[in-house]
Amino acid sequence: MSQLQNFTKGFLKENPILVLVLGTCPTLATTSSAINGLGMGLATTFVLVGSNVFIALLKNVIPDKVRIPAFIVVIATFVTIVDLVMQAYVPSLYSTLGIFIPLIVVNCIVLGRAEAYASKNTVWSSFVDGAGMGFGFTLALGVLGSIRELLGTGSIMGWKFIEGDGILVFILAPGAFIALGYLIAIVNKINKSKA
Amino acid sequence: MAKMQSSLKNMVLSLTLISLGASAALGYVYEFTKEPIEIALLNKKIEAIKQVVPEFTNNPNDEMFMLPTGEGDSLEVYPARNGEQIVGYAIKSYTNKGFSGYIGFMVGFRPDGTIFNINVLEQKETPGLGTKMVPEGTPDKPEFKDQFRDKDPSSFALKVKKDGGPVDAITAATISSRAFCDGLQRAYNAFEKGGLK
Repeated sequence: MSQLQNFTKGFLKENPILVLVLGTCPTLATTSSAINGLGMGLATTFVLVGSNVFIALLKNVIPDKVRIPAFIVVIATFVTIVDLVMQAYVPSLYSTLGIFIPLIVVNCIVLGRAEAYASKNTVWSSFVDGAGMGFGFTLALGVLGSIRELLGTGSIMGWKFIEGDGILVFILAPGAFIALGYLIAIVNKINKSKA
Repeated sequence: MAKMQSSLKNMVLSLTLISLGASAALGYVYEFTKEPIEIALLNKKIEAIKQVVPEFTNNPNDEMFMLPTGEGDSLEVYPARNGEQIVGYAIKSYTNKGFSGYIGFMVGFRPDGTIFNINVLEQKETPGLGTKMVPEGTPDKPEFKDQFRDKDPSSFALKVKKDGGPVDAITAATISSRAFCDGLQRAYNAFEKGGLK
């Protein structure tokens, strides 16, 4: 597999949300608007790239039996860094994403990529894998957030073009499930027709 | 390099080293971001105070004092002065009755007890419904919180119409609207009991 394929596999073929269906909890919770979805996606991408690189670097000095605690320490370190940096430099985004930032630690995608990919591959491939998966995650969250914001409030990126309330259910939790379900169906259709 | 064996010595050693490295990195980032975080928080506070009281020349943050609400807790009060003249008090209030729990407010009173303006500092209400308590309207297109401007809570009961009060609740967000009133009432209680009026 070339590095380009390695990078793009996260977009559609192995998209962490839409195909692997990992990390749906933050996905459903943070995508009430496009900007929140993108912010969460980028924060997770940073953690994913950072932890993938470090775990690939350290994979030979981590004994198998303690690999999970070791991975979690590395991941938690990156999450805390993101948390502090966001608090310091983008306080407004931090106040909307709030509790979901510390929860990146337990996001299955991050640990999943560490376990399934970074602990078996080279640093460079792991970096590409983390970046690809992260962008795939960001893409899925951005699209989902845009759909929900569009249908739920009649605006996009906070720019309102339909007066009034919109279909409120899309802003609430059930709308997240509905939109995600249809999105998964569409992506499955695309992936099937490609194969 | 060969994979490390899972012997006790190796496991302890590698976990200790990784944790050490992690804590060193975190310590560094913490030191590095400590000051910007404090500045960001302070700026947010000053901005909120500026929004809810008339123009002032002092530094309200340095003159902060606490006032009891009568319910066993105290609220932070930031007096705003223009020269020597007191022009208003910003009171940091809260409620736990929001649709998703805690909501923080900065409520500004004029010295005569009328509300100057309100700023929602922190909320987790339903997007598109309860969050309508946040924006500020224009004179042509007033938003929810604009109805409280210039009102004196001693004559303007802080209750929504459903509860027999004069406040127009946000459509489909009565609980959030009630919580908003509760937060205002708490600020007013402190203001009144503290003898600022």
